[in-house]
Amino acid sequence: METVLSVESVNKIYSGGFQALENINLSINKGEIFALLGPNGAGKTTLIGAICGLVNLTSGKIIIDGFDHQRDFRSARSKIGLVPQELTTDAFERVIDTVAFSQGLFGLKKDIEYVDKLLKDFSLFDKRNNKLMTLSGGMKRRVMIAKALAHKPEILFLDEPTAGVDVQLRESMWEQIHCLKERGVTIILTTHYIEEAEKMADRIGIINKGKIVQVDEKKSLIKRLGQKTIQIAYDGSLEGQALQDLQSIPNLKLDGQLINYEYQSTSAVEEVPKLFKVLVDHKIPFSEVESKEKSLQDIFVDLVRE
Amino acid sequence: MNYRGIIAIYRFEMARMWRTLGQSIASPVISTCLYFVVFGSALGSRIDKVEGIEYGTFIVPGLVMLTVLTQCISNASFGIYFPKFTGTIYEVLSAPISAFEIVLGYVGAAASKAIIIGSIILATASFFVELKIAHPFYMMAFLILTTFTFSMFGFLIGIWADGFEKLQIVPLLVITPLTFLGGAFYSIKMLPPFWYKVSLVNPMVYLISGFRWSFYETADVPVGISLIGITLVLTVTLSIIYWIFKTGYKLKP
Ligand SMILES: Nc1ncnc2c1ncn2[C@@H]1O[C@H](COP(=O)(O)OP(=O)(O)OP(=O)(O)O)[C@@H](O)[C@H]1O
Ligand SMILES: [Mg+2]
Repeated sequence: METVLSVESVNKIYSGGFQALENINLSINKGEIFALLGPNGAGKTTLIGAICGLVNLTSGKIIIDGFDHQRDFRSARSKIGLVPQELTTDAFERVIDTVAFSQGLFGLKKDIEYVDKLLKDFSLFDKRNNKLMTLSGGMKRRVMIAKALAHKPEILFLDEPTAGVDVQLRESMWEQIHCLKERGVTIILTTHYIEEAEKMADRIGIINKGKIVQVDEKKSLIKRLGQKTIQIAYDGSLEGQALQDLQSIPNLKLDGQLINYEYQSTSAVEEVPKLFKVLVDHKIPFSEVESKEKSLQDIFVDLVRE
Repeated sequence: MNYRGIIAIYRFEMARMWRTLGQSIASPVISTCLYFVVFGSALGSRIDKVEGIEYGTFIVPGLVMLTVLTQCISNASFGIYFPKFTGTIYEVLSAPISAFEIVLGYVGAAASKAIIIGSIILATASFFVELKIAHPFYMMAFLILTTFTFSMFGFLIGIWADGFEKLQIVPLLVITPLTFLGGAFYSIKMLPPFWYKVSLVNPMVYLISGFRWSFYETADVPVGISLIGITLVLTVTLSIIYWIFKTGYKLKP
């Protein structure tokens, strides 16, 4: 896999002495959707800012498509599109002008056809002559995405792209992001919605208190860290040896007529049969078996709590 | 060089002026007219010629300077302060455009505006008094150097300021008084010897004197010194701006 962005030993200490990033190492593959997941104040925006040149690094190195982000800033930055977390737009400019401005800023000739196409893609075409102040929050966010795409970047940073966007539009945005991915754009997004990361990302990086705690394929992250639960409903009552044997199994809880058993998916082969052996040996009549997978949400909460 | 980037910033800034065309042009024109009514007609008729020039005519270069300086500073400082304040600066900072190019865009626009307004004031003045410009080339040279220098100075104020009040402080507390005391409305040769000497440390004296020389060939200080002085200030402001972008001072945390 080709690496399109690499962050090497990056540290950021803000002027007040607060360390927002601590020895960050990260490499992003070409064409993937990478989700940066972390609680408020984890350092997501700081990390994106460091890559895009908005935040000075305290130490470390960032290489964007082979270009050092400081030494070869022109080549490096022309590959990048950024949609910041905060909605910041100039109030009096027209939608169409602000997107064309972005093209100019990145050294491109004004390409109105492409601007129109972007505006159509983001359902903004009928607002193209509106002043930005007359748009709703969700529309402004889409304008900012259109601006970030105006110079056809290879890497797109989306800092909480769907904050404040309604459910319907969120779905359509996810679709658009997938379209971009299909066109070969690498996407790095941050989000608080775990559902979003789960739905969109190829890989997920979890960041907490300025440190990357975990980076993995979404699937294997869920699988590897995945704790599963088996819930068994039984009839009758448990007594004597049967009860003792069940209670001797670690991570097993009895709750009325339910047996709740938690196990690591990695050790399923050894653990699960033990439970069923007890059930069969003691002829405990059970009628329903339900198995639940831990969601990314739970994994995330666990990791961040540590 | 990212020429298109410079032009994009320049156009954006100029668009701001066209949007507020009324106030951009009306207020300097009106205040110029007021100065002429008060100093030119009402008082001017009672004032002797200065350096052999009618008083109303004599004050034109100083008046142009006064307005141009205020315009440069307020336009340039606002131009960079506002995106910093609203956050839209993120786009400029993350674009493949160098510090020099950014400054060229913002400062070029502020200077252009000031030159346009300066010309409008000259045109307005010509309705009140008979104007003659002895050295048009030097006049333009002074005007351009001054507008660029002070637009850059305004740009610095815009970066330094972290509140709207601070944007006002420097023009109000430093530039306007120094311009008034720098001989905008009189020749410092008219002052008692002590105050004449004190005035010589005021940089505005050199600016206004040089500019006035390009009109009437009378100067309070040698023209060469005026030119050197302004070039020096230009170099200093340029170096500070270079340092700001190098370190990210007040632009990047
Ligand atoms: N300019 C700054 N000066 C000092 N500290 C800062 C600055 N910007 C951010 N921080 C601190 O750095 C930490 C990380 O902030 P950051 O904005 O990167 O978090 P985040 O992960 O994006 O959070 P959120 O999910 O709320 O957007 C926070 O503790 C924040 O207070
Ligand atoms: Mg953030």
